[in-house]
Amino acid sequence: MATQLEPEARENADVFREEVRQFLAEKFPEELKGKGLSMGGIEGREKETPAQKAWREAMGERGWGTPTWPKEYGGGGLNRKQAAILNEELARAGAYNPIGGMGVMMFGPTLLEYGSEAQKQEHIPPICRGEIRWCQGYSEPNAGSDLANLQTMAEDKGDHYLVNGQKTWTSGGQWADKCFAIVRTDRSDKHKGISFLLIDMDSPGVEVRPITMISGTSPFCETFFTDVKVPKENLVGEEGQGWTIGKRLLQHERTNLSGAAPGGRGGGSLADIAKKYGKVNADGTLADPVLRDRIADFEIRWTSFLHTARRAVEESKAQGGVSEISSALKKLGTKLGQERAEMTIEIMGLQGLGWEGEGFSPVELAGVRAWLYGKATTIYGGSTEIQNNVIAKRVLGMLDHQ
Amino acid sequence: MAVLNEEQEMLRDMAREWATNESPVTEFRKVRASGEPEAFDHTAYGAMAEMGWAGIIIPEEHGGSDFGFLSAGLVVEELGKTLTASPLIATTLAASAIMLGGSEEQKAKWLPKLASGETIATLAVDEGPHHDPAEIATSVSDGKLAGTKGFVAEAHGADLFVVATTDGLYLVEKGDGVTLTTRRLTDQRSHADIALEGAAAEKLENGGDTLLDDVLNRARALTAAEMLGMAQIVFDTTLDYLKQRVQFNQVLSSFQALQHRMADLFAGLAQMRSAVEAGLQAVDSGVGAERAAIVAKAEANRVLHTISNEGIQLHGGIGMTDEYDIGLYLKRARVLEPTWGATGYLKNRFATLGGY
Repeated sequence: MATQLEPEARENADVFREEVRQFLAEKFPEELKGKGLSMGGIEGREKETPAQKAWREAMGERGWGTPTWPKEYGGGGLNRKQAAILNEELARAGAYNPIGGMGVMMFGPTLLEYGSEAQKQEHIPPICRGEIRWCQGYSEPNAGSDLANLQTMAEDKGDHYLVNGQKTWTSGGQWADKCFAIVRTDRSDKHKGISFLLIDMDSPGVEVRPITMISGTSPFCETFFTDVKVPKENLVGEEGQGWTIGKRLLQHERTNLSGAAPGGRGGGSLADIAKKYGKVNADGTLADPVLRDRIADFEIRWTSFLHTARRAVEESKAQGGVSEISSALKKLGTKLGQERAEMTIEIMGLQGLGWEGEGFSPVELAGVRAWLYGKATTIYGGSTEIQNNVIAKRVLGMLDHQ
Repeated sequence: MAVLNEEQEMLRDMAREWATNESPVTEFRKVRASGEPEAFDHTAYGAMAEMGWAGIIIPEEHGGSDFGFLSAGLVVEELGKTLTASPLIATTLAASAIMLGGSEEQKAKWLPKLASGETIATLAVDEGPHHDPAEIATSVSDGKLAGTKGFVAEAHGADLFVVATTDGLYLVEKGDGVTLTTRRLTDQRSHADIALEGAAAEKLENGGDTLLDDVLNRARALTAAEMLGMAQIVFDTTLDYLKQRVQFNQVLSSFQALQHRMADLFAGLAQMRSAVEAGLQAVDSGVGAERAAIVAKAEANRVLHTISNEGIQLHGGIGMTDEYDIGLYLKRARVLEPTWGATGYLKNRFATLGGY
């Protein structure tokens, strides 16, 4: 019952596929084969090699890093079918999309929806070319899960806002060029007093301090704003509309984060790791029947989660909007990622808990850091508890506690 | 919900409307009260067959509509919601065995009758209380079968049995050499042990060595679809109840502890639905069917088990009464859980397929 493509459409698809193959043959550097984009593209460009730079520029010029975004703003202007072909061919060539980060995942789609024409012209093309890094100015020390409680103040000074306050958990803040922030423009109304503002990170008065995490890395920062001048044209939407726009952006974030939990994948599947670090029977089965059962249990639920992620994508395409299961996906995916990381270090024993120095493989050391870093996944992007509230109230229509 | 085409949407809507109007849970209660071992309403099954449901997977040339298992699952899910008692699943699975393993003659003889509802059929595979296709002892000699099959669903109404033996699958008609002993289970549907003593049988010669496995994939995926409908309705009913039940001067649904439990169940149900639909789709496409069907049934077991227990707990005392429907779902859920593979069996098989 699957609908066959019309002959003309099939021909066009073949032509496009050929175009992609030629582009890849010409532009994709062999030395990058099988490598990916580390940390979702939030790290600084100083780490970029010449080959990585060339590949980013080639993809950016074509708009293929943001394949379905409109061509007029530097996107690829591709339809979904073509975007799927592009992905298939990238995978086939061992290539990856070098254009990523929060500009692509969260800010761009939101600005395309709510930004003025001038804002789109200014901000979208550099995102498409991977030239500008954005960070997110949402959380504050006293406004984490209770995000609307934010206190960073933007005072109207005629042609500009004067911003004062502190943000925290600014992912990649030390490498970012710009920040999309929600700020308070009115103290009298919790939700309607919030506005969505774009801030240059090199403005005088912006200070960034990386926070060292339990994993030993510093991908998150505290960001301080002291009398920072932000031009009025950097307000997105109307003053007071920031909560609406900000929530829309969070939907994009949730969908993108659901599968993002680093699971300490080093060494392949859990079964492969168990075979390497544990005893195996003559017939190739794991000697510990309890562990074997737990791995199968995990893999069944993981497979089911992947089906669910695929279903959410199919549903949102078909319905044109975010699937009602996006909050469930974030909650499920992050939990499973943590479970996998826990099992990985458990299977490796103390060999899987190395911090540094001799006697540990890079995979083992990375596994420990990933296990620790992964604890953030059920906290950031709306904690699991917040996702539960969202599901209960918005999806299931359960009332607030009176 | 999988993205459906227009035909599938119509089929689902028709099934939903029929189940809601013609076959609500009160109809199952009537069947239960009658105490008949067949435990289904012939008139209702006739209506289902007339709407084409018995022939959903059967090719058009044999009187079916050839819509596939995802479509069959849509109907079965709706019937699961109202606990409709019928031999639809059993007959569909028996038909799939004939489609996969039958000769042209066997197909021409049986498939049209199964599609029209004239013949009712069922699978007789396991021989005891646990699903274990590796332990089949029923044997064949000179075209006659000898052995015992345990807990065969819909056996009382069946005219035709697809019987697993040490030598593959055989078709056996009701009659000489086939003796049924009723086994009443907690779901109060049709189950029977079958003694086969010199029963005349015809082999399903085609389908190769994997014939039984291929049929079991279908059995797991389609049974999971019935469980999906049950889980969905228990969830919906519980949510409605929490929204109207007042305690401490507040509706229960305003308590965060209950909201978070419902959010957990919602997420579980979302996973169950994806797993079941993926299992049915894999059966239709033939790609990775065994693994996908195992995931579908294992997730159905896990999630329905939780939801059926939480459904009772969240209803409080009313959930314990026979008058209230939710307990009927709990009892049916526990019968379907070991059917075609309890979770332990499925995990073992999954690990074996994964090479560990």
